[in-house]
Amino acid sequence: MTSALSIRNLHKVYDSGFVALKGIDLEVQPGDFFALLGPNGAGKSTTIGVICSLVKKSSGDVSIFGTDIDKNFSLAKKDIGVVPQEFNFNQFDKVFNVVRTQAGYFGLPSKLAEQRTEKYLKKLGLWEKRNQPSRTLSGGMKRRLMIARALVHEPKLLILDEPTAGVDIEIRRSMWQFLKEINASGTTIILTTHYLEEAESLCRNVAIIDRGRIVQNTSIKALLRQLNKEIFIFDTQEALTILPNIEGYKGQLIDDHSFEVEVEKHQSINTLFASLNDHGINVVSMRNKTNRLEELFVSLVESHNTHNERDEESDEESEL
Amino acid sequence: MNPQEQWVAFTTIVVKEVRRFTRIWLQTLLPPAITIVLYFVIFGTLIGPRIGKMSGFSYIEFVVPGLIMMSVITNSYSNVVSSFFGTKFQRSVEELLVSPVPNYIILLGYVVGGVARGLMIGLIVTLLSLFFTDLQVSHVPVTVGIVFLTAVLFALAGFINAVFANSFDDISIIPTFVLTPLTYLGGVFYSIDMLPEFWQGVSLVNPILYMVNTFRYGLLGVTDINVAWAFAMVTGFCVLLFVFSLYLLDHGKKLRS
Repeated sequence: MTSALSIRNLHKVYDSGFVALKGIDLEVQPGDFFALLGPNGAGKSTTIGVICSLVKKSSGDVSIFGTDIDKNFSLAKKDIGVVPQEFNFNQFDKVFNVVRTQAGYFGLPSKLAEQRTEKYLKKLGLWEKRNQPSRTLSGGMKRRLMIARALVHEPKLLILDEPTAGVDIEIRRSMWQFLKEINASGTTIILTTHYLEEAESLCRNVAIIDRGRIVQNTSIKALLRQLNKEIFIFDTQEALTILPNIEGYKGQLIDDHSFEVEVEKHQSINTLFASLNDHGINVVSMRNKTNRLEELFVSLVESHNTHNERDEESDEESEL
Repeated sequence: MNPQEQWVAFTTIVVKEVRRFTRIWLQTLLPPAITIVLYFVIFGTLIGPRIGKMSGFSYIEFVVPGLIMMSVITNSYSNVVSSFFGTKFQRSVEELLVSPVPNYIILLGYVVGGVARGLMIGLIVTLLSLFFTDLQVSHVPVTVGIVFLTAVLFALAGFINAVFANSFDDISIIPTFVLTPLTYLGGVFYSIDMLPEFWQGVSLVNPILYMVNTFRYGLLGVTDINVAWAFAMVTGFCVLLFVFSLYLLDHGKKLRS
């Protein structure tokens, strides 16, 4: 099957000499909901910039649904919709015109362009605002406007660069729901985000990029299976002065009504609950201490950085 | 994109551009009209009668073609430079760059937008001039041809300025320090016959002189220069600037990192 996105040995060196991408390889299958994660400056936005032609690549190959961007970028672009990180529409244009104009840029005939504009403004809850200047919208509305604009030509591949940054929780959840629907209808979605909870709840596959290299490319499930331990926080009904020794588990008191316990991959939570019960501890609620993906993300990036530092040290030694 | 889609994209850009300058008509259409009326009052009614005849015409008759041309030049240039730099500044140019619109369509769209404003102002100024003098058109094809080519040329120049500009200061430097002096010294207000021989030679290096004089020839039938040569030169400049603008777009100069 032809990949929705295929990237081979992608390099990017900016005019300043900064090496942003050091040989990226990436495959995203049609229909996937794919997360591209990485710390700030890792190369996520550069990768997206190359895919949608805002950044000139130094070398490497990029294909969109089998169309090489070097051979027919115009055809490849028809399949792509982009929602950038920063607002990039004309702030003086009316909301309707922002979307309608983009439809025109993709060659949609007038009547169809207006129908699609109406359809996506309604879907994203902006139809009532259609005659307002876009600068008067709230931050969340502006993000939704960029999503409507990216969808107006109904692309097969939707790329979202941190689409929910600065959006309140309620709107974020409704955007998640909308993106799930778009993906269910067959649109391939690539998402970069800093909210790892977002990647965990939306995406099936993930690539982690750091310092211009892909350090992990797998399914979210497989990634989470790599977690060796999780820390759970338990809230108790009665106050505790000390935490009794629970055999096989490491735990510590947080305050008089809560404590945390490390549960390793091979250990059972049932056994833990049985031990707590034996010690007369009544648990009223439990939760993960941190986002699981976040823990893994930090450990992967840290491990990659340590390897890089070692490589750099060995390079220096060999030069000496 | 097939030709039909390209046509849709082209008209979208043109409509967007026309909508922009008509929406802000208080900044784009009204000020040049007021300025030109002041020129007509001062040079036509107050000072003009004291100057006497120039090239066989009253001063107001002589100066009207130059002022129409000056309005066309200034407005076709400033429309494209401010609009395209505005899209760069707001990053809305990315809407175009991520779309499949070919670069020559982007360029044509902006140029036609600039030409539309230049010609609209030219028409407004022409209508206003009728309150001060009777206009005659001696050579219609020459008049229409040169005003159109001049608008195209300065729209292209505005586009190039916008591509290279990094700040709003950069889009006012060329109009202030290059365009305005060349226009004022381009035979708008006087015939170069009045100048000493040396300055006549210097004036002949100024391309705006050829445009103004060709337009004046179209209206009044008098000129200081060779009209055929003027058409050839303006057309040549148009081709040169179009090719250069397209080169800038194709290479993403100051647009793609």
